[in-house]
Amino acid sequence: MATRAVNKGSGVSRRQFIGDALKTACGVGLFGLGLGLYSQRAASLPAAAIRPPGALPEDQFNGACIRCGLCVRDCPFDMIHLAKLGDPVTVGTPYFYAREKGCEMCEDIPCVVACPTNALDHSLTDINKARMGLAVLVDHETCIAFLGLRCEVCYQICPIKDEAITLDRQHNARSGKHTVFIPVVHSDRCTGCGKCEEACILEQAAIKVLPEHLAKGELGPHYRLGWKQKEAAGGALVTPDLEHQYNLPDGMRYEHGGRGLIQGVPGIPPGAGTGVESLAEPLAVPTPEPGSLNPLETLNGGAAL
Amino acid sequence: MQNNGYPGQSAIQEQGWLKAHKWLLLRRASQLGLLGLFLLGPLAGVWIVEGNLAASMTLGVLPLTDPMLLLQSMASGVWPVLSGFIGALIVLAFYALVGGRVFCSWVCPINLVADLAVWLRRRFDLRTTSRLSRNLRYWVLGVVLVLPAVTGVIAWEAVNPVSMAHRGLFFGMGWAWTLILAVFLFDLLVARHGWCGHLCPVGAFYGLIGVKAQVRVSAYQRDRCDDCMDCFNICPEPQVIKPALKGAKAGVGPVILDINCTNCGRCIDVCSMDVFRFGTRSGALSVSALGSGTTQGA
Repeated sequence: MATRAVNKGSGVSRRQFIGDALKTACGVGLFGLGLGLYSQRAASLPAAAIRPPGALPEDQFNGACIRCGLCVRDCPFDMIHLAKLGDPVTVGTPYFYAREKGCEMCEDIPCVVACPTNALDHSLTDINKARMGLAVLVDHETCIAFLGLRCEVCYQICPIKDEAITLDRQHNARSGKHTVFIPVVHSDRCTGCGKCEEACILEQAAIKVLPEHLAKGELGPHYRLGWKQKEAAGGALVTPDLEHQYNLPDGMRYEHGGRGLIQGVPGIPPGAGTGVESLAEPLAVPTPEPGSLNPLETLNGGAAL
Repeated sequence: MQNNGYPGQSAIQEQGWLKAHKWLLLRRASQLGLLGLFLLGPLAGVWIVEGNLAASMTLGVLPLTDPMLLLQSMASGVWPVLSGFIGALIVLAFYALVGGRVFCSWVCPINLVADLAVWLRRRFDLRTTSRLSRNLRYWVLGVVLVLPAVTGVIAWEAVNPVSMAHRGLFFGMGWAWTLILAVFLFDLLVARHGWCGHLCPVGAFYGLIGVKAQVRVSAYQRDRCDDCMDCFNICPEPQVIKPALKGAKAGVGPVILDINCTNCGRCIDVCSMDVFRFGTRSGALSVSALGSGTTQGA
């Protein structure tokens, strides 16, 4: 063959060399493609698995963590696991299940200090600023606080009590005379340590720590909360509403935010309605001309409150 | 060729079993000793070393980090902290001095599996082997180092049998044993020295660290070689021996300079003619008690 140039030194023709190199490149490329796709898929974290404090966002964490397990070893409470092959968490990376055992929020954060790579971000020095996830009271149907029972275990055990979880007192509509004590999580203070989920007295916790992207809603940026704008500006930003004028038939008036429609205002002919309520204070309104045939006069002559 | 059967028979006959297994025994002591050191913590609660080969902390003061893993971590875009960096430099310096692939033969837990496979191959005379290029590992290494930059994940750690085996022993094995079994079967049935000698990118990386390694095996008495081929048969990277052993005519020195020599010392063991010894790169110095000095790396 004319194109075959035999390299005498190695005994490999150019064609064979290029062919071999291409074969190797293809094989290794396929290996890389497969490995890359597999590792992407394998790097998705289940919602129940929580990273230790200071963990970078999940997409960065799986690149930064070198799977050494030093955080696991330096945790004084032994609650971090290193994922094994077959676990639903990226193999070799640290996680914990809050229901099993939550983070005790050590002040010196030894797990972060132990990390050699910043996968657990060393700029985290105040454990109260950790954001491992966000506790959410996911089930209002089984949480016994919603049933009107006194529980408050999650509230009591919260390491940032009265800030990360507060109790919201509400009227118990079922009994009509009691108060329900609803635990409310505040995302600006909750570290996601998971002590509440661990402590929840139900068979399945009604309060759960979820990754923030699953737990938090997000208001559209175009929303302006009027009362907040007003507060910030120190006054109304638009012309204040005029007081509403009700035009009601004679003998009626409307009390907004109070008793509602009130009938039996003096001036209306007696016997015009049944169950007419007589008002304590008579209204100083002009009475229409008796015998007037124009109904508008009757209407306009009514109380304008 | 005066020898048939397991390499090293004549050395055993002429110099005794112990001397014909000296470096093998030291190597096993190093491998098992390191595993034992790491196991002391989880098994006995004696925390001399924490972590695993990826990164470890010895007695709370000596950080050691796998430079290859740290490189992948950095490739994904995250800068390590000082202890991780220093740990990697210590490991780099150590293997740059004693030979990069000393990691493979003296430290790596997979070596025990690969050695078992090749021992069975010799025992049961399994000669079938696939022809793989020994340069394949560098291609694999390239892919492994590029993937974190492309995907943001240390992809290699999803399948790396080396770290899985080591981590599995101290943190729980899970299904990692299947990967170890795969390496074993691959080496036993598909390709002789298939994993460590052809594919493993970890070995390739450590080999490259050791391009200027000072501790090298030297065929200093190559004129005594009787061509029994035992050293070629026992060597996991036999291509490294020939230039040094047979290079006298070509003017090549007797020191084995190939980066893929793992400094396992088995050629020294099996040679009944005492052709080989440990020495320095320049060939000036003989290192007779190297074994105990090379076991500290992690």
